[in-house]
Amino acid sequence: MSLRATTSQTIGPYLRIGLEWMQIEELAPRGVAGERVTISGRVIDADGKPVNDAAVEIWQANSHGRYASPEDKQDKPLEAAFRGYGRSLTDDEGAFRFSTIKPGRVPGPGNRMQAPHLNVTLFMRGLLKQLVTRMYFPDDAANAADPVLALVPAERRATLIARRVGEGALEWNVILQGKGETVFFDF
Amino acid sequence: MPSITPYRRPYWDTQPDYLFPKYASTVKRAPALPLVVLPHTLSEVTAPVFGYDEVKPGDSDLTRQHKGEPVGERIVVSGRVLDENSRPLPGILVEIWQANAAGRYNHRVDQHDAPLDPNFTGAGRFLTDKEGRYRFMTIRPGEYPWRNHYNAWRPAHIHFSLFGQGIVQRLVTQMYFPGDALLDYDPMFTCVADEKARNRLVSLFDWENTIPEYALAYRFDIVLRGREQTPMEHGR
Repeated sequence: MSLRATTSQTIGPYLRIGLEWMQIEELAPRGVAGERVTISGRVIDADGKPVNDAAVEIWQANSHGRYASPEDKQDKPLEAAFRGYGRSLTDDEGAFRFSTIKPGRVPGPGNRMQAPHLNVTLFMRGLLKQLVTRMYFPDDAANAADPVLALVPAERRATLIARRVGEGALEWNVILQGKGETVFFDF
Repeated sequence: MPSITPYRRPYWDTQPDYLFPKYASTVKRAPALPLVVLPHTLSEVTAPVFGYDEVKPGDSDLTRQHKGEPVGERIVVSGRVLDENSRPLPGILVEIWQANAAGRYNHRVDQHDAPLDPNFTGAGRFLTDKEGRYRFMTIRPGEYPWRNHYNAWRPAHIHFSLFGQGIVQRLVTQMYFPGDALLDYDPMFTCVADEKARNRLVSLFDWENTIPEYALAYRFDIVLRGREQTPMEHGR
């Protein structure tokens, strides 16, 4: 007989007490292979107000397209110095930031390769369970054939693609509700 | 590419919706547009691995993080982390945080008129062992008022955050205490229709792990999503 998964509850307003010890905004120490990128953004609510109590977590493959997880058995190089996990707690302006490398491509459904992406999980007061979304990279030819982006209504795809704001600098905002609402996934 | 065995979707009424107006903060933060069903790919069934170099043995004893002992009733909180297929999950990072015995959080946002305890931070961590077990020593948190509705009080609870072997197993939840009169009034505890599901958030009094003349014990087992029994070529 199978068990039932425990019910999710909100992370509440005091998440910093428990999660701040492992804030990881710099994912790739020197020597890790790949194109360096900084990602900055804000989490915005339905009234356009910054969400100052969110945890933004990212999970990504290395530049070769391999996840540092025993579940990834691909024959591609692993890098001991790169775990691929980041956690940023938003500040008073709702801002989060990461400094990392652009991931390589990983396989997706139907034997199609996915475009480079970050897997993003958000927790905050007012969410009884996490929001799950993805961030894709601008001007990447692979986006057009990405099997997950293809599931998103065309007019909303842009919400998942970061904007280039400078050399190696990307901006990507998360809008929880309303105009420009970010695409979230039923995971 | 080998096919991916996806994780099971939640059972009906066992997981909350995003919009739940009785919990007022959901109204401005819940997405309004339809969610897009995400197939489980390598991205979803992998997750970060944490090591014993990051989590120290002392991190699980919240009563010994300062010079003196915190005020309050010492308790042991322990349990197992399993998946829905009853497999114990080893090496799972469990993070907890809580209010002090007076119902006050060590956080600038908490202005409840109850004393802070200089000997209590209220944060702990544990990496589950080979059998998926975890164990914390802490003090029983106090109930506290909040502004969700008139005369709103949160039942006593401990926040839990867990990683899984796939990122879609990631779970943040709250553990409650048996017999708490505030549970039935709490919009978080009552956020799912399935009564059995919410009652699984209530820990059990744990006589076996009670330490004579030192600490009562509570048991809280946590179940993360399990994978389907057969792989699916295209997810769903």
